[in-house]
Amino acid sequence: MKNHDANLHVRGLSRFVDDFLAPDNTLHAAVKGSAIAHGAIMSIHHEKAEKHPGVRKIVLAKDVPGENQIGSIIQDEQLLADHEVHFISQPIAIVVAETPEQAREAVALIDIEYEEKPVITDPRVAAEKGQLIAPARTFSCGDTDTAWGKCDVVVSGTAASGGQEHLYLETQGCLAVLKEDGGLKLISSTQGPTAVQRIVARVLDLPMHKIEVDVLRLGGGFGGKEDQATAWATMAALAAYRVGQPVKLVLRRHEDMLMTGKRHPYSSDFKIGLTKDGKILAYEAIYYQNAGAAADLSTAILERTLFHSTNSYFIPNVKATALSCRTNLPPNTAFRGFGGPQAMFVIESAIAVAAEKMGVTPEVIQAKNLWQDGDATPYGQIMHECRIKSCWQEMAEKSNIKKLQQNVREFNANNTLVKKGFTMMPVTFGISFTNTALNQAGALVHVYNDGSVSISTGAVEMGQGVNSKLQQVAARVLGIDARRIRVDSTNTGRVANTSPTAASSGSDLNGHATRLACEQIQERLQCFASRLLDVERSKITFHDDKIWVDEMPQSLQWQELTDKAYWARVSLSAQAHYSTPNIHFDKNKEKGHPFAYYAYGVAATVVRLDCIRGTYKVESVDIVHDLGSSLSPKVDLGQIEGALMQGIGWMMMEDVVFSEQGRLLANTLSTYKIPDIYFAPESLRVHILENADHPAGLFHSKAIGEPPFMYGIGAWFALREAMKAYRQDVDVPFVAPFTPESVLMRIS
Amino acid sequence: MLTFLLNQQKIETDQHPGTVLLDFVRRDNRLFGTKEGCREGDCGACTVLVGQLDGEKLTYRAVNSCLLPIGSLQGKHIVTLEGLNGTENTALQDAFIFEHASQCGFCTPGFIVSLTDFLLNNADLKFEEAIATVSGNICRCTGYASIRRAIDRFIIEIKNKIDLRPGIRIEQLIKANQLPAYFADMPARLTQLTNRAPKARNGKIVGGGTDLFVQQADALREASLQFVDETPGSHQIKIDNDACIIAAATTMEDMRRSPIIQNIIPDFDPFAKLIASKPIRERATLAGNIVNASPIADFTIILLALGASLELEKNGTGRIVALHDFYLGYKQLDLQPEEKIVSIRFPVPPGDYAFHFEKVSRRTHLDIASVNSAAFIANESSTITLARLSAGGVAPVPFLLQETNAFLTGSTINDTVVRQAMDIAAAEISPISDVRGSADYKRTLLRQLLFAHFHAKFPQYLSTEVA
Repeated sequence: MKNHDANLHVRGLSRFVDDFLAPDNTLHAAVKGSAIAHGAIMSIHHEKAEKHPGVRKIVLAKDVPGENQIGSIIQDEQLLADHEVHFISQPIAIVVAETPEQAREAVALIDIEYEEKPVITDPRVAAEKGQLIAPARTFSCGDTDTAWGKCDVVVSGTAASGGQEHLYLETQGCLAVLKEDGGLKLISSTQGPTAVQRIVARVLDLPMHKIEVDVLRLGGGFGGKEDQATAWATMAALAAYRVGQPVKLVLRRHEDMLMTGKRHPYSSDFKIGLTKDGKILAYEAIYYQNAGAAADLSTAILERTLFHSTNSYFIPNVKATALSCRTNLPPNTAFRGFGGPQAMFVIESAIAVAAEKMGVTPEVIQAKNLWQDGDATPYGQIMHECRIKSCWQEMAEKSNIKKLQQNVREFNANNTLVKKGFTMMPVTFGISFTNTALNQAGALVHVYNDGSVSISTGAVEMGQGVNSKLQQVAARVLGIDARRIRVDSTNTGRVANTSPTAASSGSDLNGHATRLACEQIQERLQCFASRLLDVERSKITFHDDKIWVDEMPQSLQWQELTDKAYWARVSLSAQAHYSTPNIHFDKNKEKGHPFAYYAYGVAATVVRLDCIRGTYKVESVDIVHDLGSSLSPKVDLGQIEGALMQGIGWMMMEDVVFSEQGRLLANTLSTYKIPDIYFAPESLRVHILENADHPAGLFHSKAIGEPPFMYGIGAWFALREAMKAYRQDVDVPFVAPFTPESVLMRIS
Repeated sequence: MLTFLLNQQKIETDQHPGTVLLDFVRRDNRLFGTKEGCREGDCGACTVLVGQLDGEKLTYRAVNSCLLPIGSLQGKHIVTLEGLNGTENTALQDAFIFEHASQCGFCTPGFIVSLTDFLLNNADLKFEEAIATVSGNICRCTGYASIRRAIDRFIIEIKNKIDLRPGIRIEQLIKANQLPAYFADMPARLTQLTNRAPKARNGKIVGGGTDLFVQQADALREASLQFVDETPGSHQIKIDNDACIIAAATTMEDMRRSPIIQNIIPDFDPFAKLIASKPIRERATLAGNIVNASPIADFTIILLALGASLELEKNGTGRIVALHDFYLGYKQLDLQPEEKIVSIRFPVPPGDYAFHFEKVSRRTHLDIASVNSAAFIANESSTITLARLSAGGVAPVPFLLQETNAFLTGSTINDTVVRQAMDIAAAEISPISDVRGSADYKRTLLRQLLFAHFHAKFPQYLSTEVA
């Protein structure tokens, strides 16, 4: 099975937002952002900018015809700041000019006077000052207060994980073109076309049907374009609306890095209690999430942190509290894992401390506490068809954990200036949007009378291979070659009220909707064929582009059948809607059954540390992952490998640093480094869990986008082990990411 | 008027020579296969091939079009991914499809173009060299595993299709449908174009442009520019009277490929690969690295340890200045207006010596060092007859560790001496805290790198306790 668009990609023919031939009269926009992280806007002088050659319009908050508001969950974010700014680079004005250069030159000529106010960048400071995005939430089960007394070992500590720049290779952008009736067509690089449509309609005070959002593909998203593509699309739309001409707004890399939010940094406290044989009895955690200056998706991300507070472990007594803290940084947003990785880093830190205290290796504790069927999570969902133990066992058999560990021990005994560390990292990740309502999708399938098929859904292709999977779903249901099937762009006019492509759920939700639509057409065609061939419908099947009766191929083939059906006035189009069954969550009780199912897996990681230079390398990662019965093994393998690398990058390299004044210090690719081909693990073996059928899934498959990201956490703990192998007494605080600096300064 | 070939098309343009090629191909020629990812040579999405004639030999190199002013292109052949497409996919393109080495597709054109450089130039198609060729290409989707598999697959395929003997590669690739047939006409077509850039009398001197167009692209778009001569003779490395003399416009890759340099520094290849990326090294000139005066400039640090000096020229009058004396303070040079570097020279060392280069950065490849250091150590067994160690990122200028060198010269290599040298070096530097690391870290790191030099080159005289 080929990637739906790969042939275009390798020939340089696939188009992204900035590649579309814009109408001749297209103007270009650039954005003036705040120079300070917090303060009042006293005056905006844009006269010089207005007179700059090529400049056509300076758009300010006062030019917004509708609501100047882009907040999705909580309405707390202005499109253009009018009297107060809350983070550096917060948009204040849009310059529209004939060329992108002229627009940027004019941006530099806008002079804004501010009255500065105190800046908060630390979430704990924000919490102290009562700066919360929403009231704190607590998930609990059992009773930790009484459980501590039953524990033989109780340890506590703090853990902090850093932000992460998405670094989708295609920056944010949108082309907005006016329609005859004052509506707009937007070519946007967004994971959430409906979100763009809704917000543009709100800002321009137009009905949603006047806004058409079209998304062909994204040059990477990773969550960064779930909510945060909206602002740029809305600005392009507003600019086009105001000047009456098409406007393109494409961010340059450093603008994108400065102006958009990132993965949420967290600072957390933990306390864990165990019996002397390693059974975890109680766990408490308080998470301080650094939300940045506006809510964005922070509260939803915080919720997933709580869902994953105990990662893959059953703990009878849990109390996990999470605070979304308002700071003067760009609003942080969705990023692969969506708060889950941050939670898992904390519990793994707690287990590492406990293991040290007990004089055992962490995997002894990990193995003793893995979920099993019938266990209740702190939020009340009962584990069912749980496979984390199967993954762990299969890993032990396939990669021979004992041998890996033995090799590391022997290497360390024989080497003084290079050391290795080994860890296991189990991952249990809930699949479904935690906001139950979002678990719905629509599909529109057309069969043309030449037998070719077009699919439209709400799913956005961003490299994750959803188009390949949708193509495969239709091919299976209709029994035809995938080459007959084309997945069309994601367009709000063809499929409405879509959920963003996020939460690993794009293929599941839209795949089911596609299946249902194809089944309708299949049913009609079978009925038609039964009349045509004069046989019972139940005897008719479609596969290999042919029509079969009692599993005997007929001379009537797919293409001919579709043509005949058209002339017989049979509808060859179908629309379908899918909503995930049996999921619910009660936020008042913080209990329910929010996930359709869980994805499971285990990674075993070996990291090598150069103790002279403080540099390190991920030597090997072995993974056992539960895919159910994969729809497209190569697509899924690519997701596992890519997510792992991003996870390793988050933990081992990528350092989002802000100054105390709220200024992003690494704001270019020359200062913010992400993994290159040399940083990839030297050996990566991915083993798909065997006998892992998943009948409830889309053709028995499981979602794949996010879960493998969290394997990267294993690399952090493996490096910590290597540091301890070099210096037994070394104090390594639970602060991610590691950098060569943080490592060398600890071990030298 | 600039004249060059873009894919199959002859371009004659009066556009400002400071326009970067990326904008020229995308905006003016609507070749959207070349992508803008960062405009600073750090992602490789905009990679194109530049072909240049040397006599009858046409050589193509992958470079970053975002940092390449069109003023440098006179008489050259520019190839974008569109210019590599045939009616059928190449083995390289098919391998990327087969292995799912393209996910979102945005970085893919850059990878294909970079690997075409490998295909055109690498003698025996070694896997590790293919990896080195994509050292400047960032992919955020795949984690590189599928890209590695695709590279592996395509090398096997290609080896079955073509004869690897030298000198016939383009012809072989055309025959095997791995390169469009029009490439065969290129030498003849290029011969008809002059390769001399239009002479500008004054203005900013542009060499490779790999730093200028990161720092000042907007200003250079309209400025008066002088492009250095890039004709084949302008890149020259030769030995004359026990000195190695390198023409100013010689690129970092010229250095890496030079048998003369490899002869003097046998480990030069791995050292050079720690510096920038291959497409940057193809453009970045030695003189540019030197006058840019970054305190962390990798090549300058190497040249300092080699004892290099500069031949400067102004209005026909020349002078020689030691590289070490060339730096007067942060970004301040002993260079008069209108004065230019003509060549860089260093003595070819007689007798036994070791040369070593160390660099630590957040990411090992295509990153700016936190601290780098080079060491030239001439020795008679364990006695150092001459030590010349340098370090970057530890002072306002590329720094020669003079006190350390004075101490080491004449000393015997052992634990105590190395430890003392580490102390002296740490005391004679003045690092500052910045995005590359804290001052404390840089001081610690330089100590470690000093140890690393001796540990790499003279392990027989050391125990491992020093680190």
